[in-house]
Amino acid sequence: MQRNISGGLMSLDNLYQEVILDHYKHPLHKGLSATFDAQVKHVNISCGDEITLNLSVSDGKANSITWEGSGCAISQASVSMMSDLLVNKSMVEAAAIMANFVELMHSKGTSLGDETILEDAVVFAGVSKFPARIKCALLGWMAFKDAVLKTNK
Amino acid sequence: MSLDVTDIRKDFPIFNRTVRDQKKLIYLDSGATSHKPQCVIDAEVSFYEFHNAAVHRGAHQLAEEADALYEEARASVARFINASIDEVIFTKSATESINGIAYSMGNAEIGNRFHIKAGDGIVVTEMEHHANLIPWQELARRTGATLTWFEVTPEGRLDLSPINDLINSRTKVVAVTHQSNVLGTVNPLAQIVARAHEVGAVVVLDACQSVPHMPIDVRELEVDFIAFSGHKMVGPTGVGVLWGRSELLIELPPFLYGGSMIESVSMEQATYAQPPQKFEAGVPNMAQVVGLGAAVEYLMHLGMKNIHEYEMKLTQYGLDLLQKIAGLRIVGPTDLFSRGSALSFTVNGIHPHDLGQFLDSEGIAVRSGHHCAWPLAKKLKVPASTRASLYFYNELSDIDALVKGIEDAKKYFGRFDEPR
Repeated sequence: MQRNISGGLMSLDNLYQEVILDHYKHPLHKGLSATFDAQVKHVNISCGDEITLNLSVSDGKANSITWEGSGCAISQASVSMMSDLLVNKSMVEAAAIMANFVELMHSKGTSLGDETILEDAVVFAGVSKFPARIKCALLGWMAFKDAVLKTNK
Repeated sequence: MSLDVTDIRKDFPIFNRTVRDQKKLIYLDSGATSHKPQCVIDAEVSFYEFHNAAVHRGAHQLAEEADALYEEARASVARFINASIDEVIFTKSATESINGIAYSMGNAEIGNRFHIKAGDGIVVTEMEHHANLIPWQELARRTGATLTWFEVTPEGRLDLSPINDLINSRTKVVAVTHQSNVLGTVNPLAQIVARAHEVGAVVVLDACQSVPHMPIDVRELEVDFIAFSGHKMVGPTGVGVLWGRSELLIELPPFLYGGSMIESVSMEQATYAQPPQKFEAGVPNMAQVVGLGAAVEYLMHLGMKNIHEYEMKLTQYGLDLLQKIAGLRIVGPTDLFSRGSALSFTVNGIHPHDLGQFLDSEGIAVRSGHHCAWPLAKKLKVPASTRASLYFYNELSDIDALVKGIEDAKKYFGRFDEPR
């Protein structure tokens, strides 16, 4: 398939990198845990992406993050990567990683992301050039944030 | 007379631009909004340049000219749908028109034929766009009326079998879409209208996706109110139409109050003007109305019958080619019977949002999601779909491009898959 080097397809390649499509087809931590400290359900109203997320916390750590959901490749891959990145991290560390990811999403294509903090999740840097997809990439993260708030109650 | 689409496209300046790095614009999203011919753009601009004045308020020359243009537009719209002039009300959009009817009914006091009380019935359908669903939910909630609905079959048609139970002696309003913006389904109005009138209910028709695409004669349809938007029929944004039968508009209370819609005013109370002024409070969206008048003249010049015929040819071509794609499923009727030119579909393994993104990179504009018809999406178990909505400025090659785009997308999203 021909690629126009200076064209739309290169941006698309930045959006749909192999890691993302891999997580979409083989998502991690998918399948809701039987028990949880908090369960949340989030929906992306503009396109029908949805996710249910279970969070278990002990000793100030997210010791289990599991989820179920359906949606576009960006949203599902993002949840998969997020859950793998944040599980077994302390709440403080998780919050810092999330803040970094949110900042990357709003960077309008100016940032490549910090791999030391975000690890694989830097591949979502391309999303920031497509405003309509930012909500997709943030869906799972916002659900996690909500779940943390619920465990604090 | 058949349309010369190559010629017609020259009327639309937007087709001179390219998208996503010099790609041809393949616009398949007219169901969301349509493009404008130069004459419509010129009419609106010309109003501001030469005839701008507040209508219905002045005796000077500019005001006279503005009045004439505004009322000429009203006459054009009336001709377009075979209505009388006093029955055509200009609003900001179809959404405002439908909300307006619902609010008006909510304002109707006891004794008024539109008064709605607890236990009265409002009937809608599962395939409604949110604009023709939520206003009725709210009216039911405010008045204590019961909201019920016709269900949708897996083929995308209305199940009319319970019609005599659903529309009964307590029913006051039946609100239904003429043509589904998702499925393309054109609903069988005759049966619904006959039953509604039998029990004394009024029929409110969401004509957003039908007025732009086929000849509409409100006398023939025998419905009581219709709503449609200018921007979906090559007219400007910010203008819509509410049509209602003369005798109904006389009895229906207003929904917007202010200047223009009054007969006399004191500090304690006001009396209201006759329709259509009764429903046009404030200085109207004059330039947009004049633009809509130009749009309607443009469409009448092409001929709505010719437009509809051409669209059917495009739609059949689309249905044929799309259904040949492995893994693609049409959401809605798969033949042309009582069906318009919206083509919604799913493709196995590719979420509509991703498909839409890929098609965009090829210059193809479609819509992805639930298309403002969430209950329909849930009922058909298709939380998201991709919709290509056609209009008379699309070419057969646009459909070819769509098909190629989908095949390319299948390869693109499968490019990292292990070979079997």
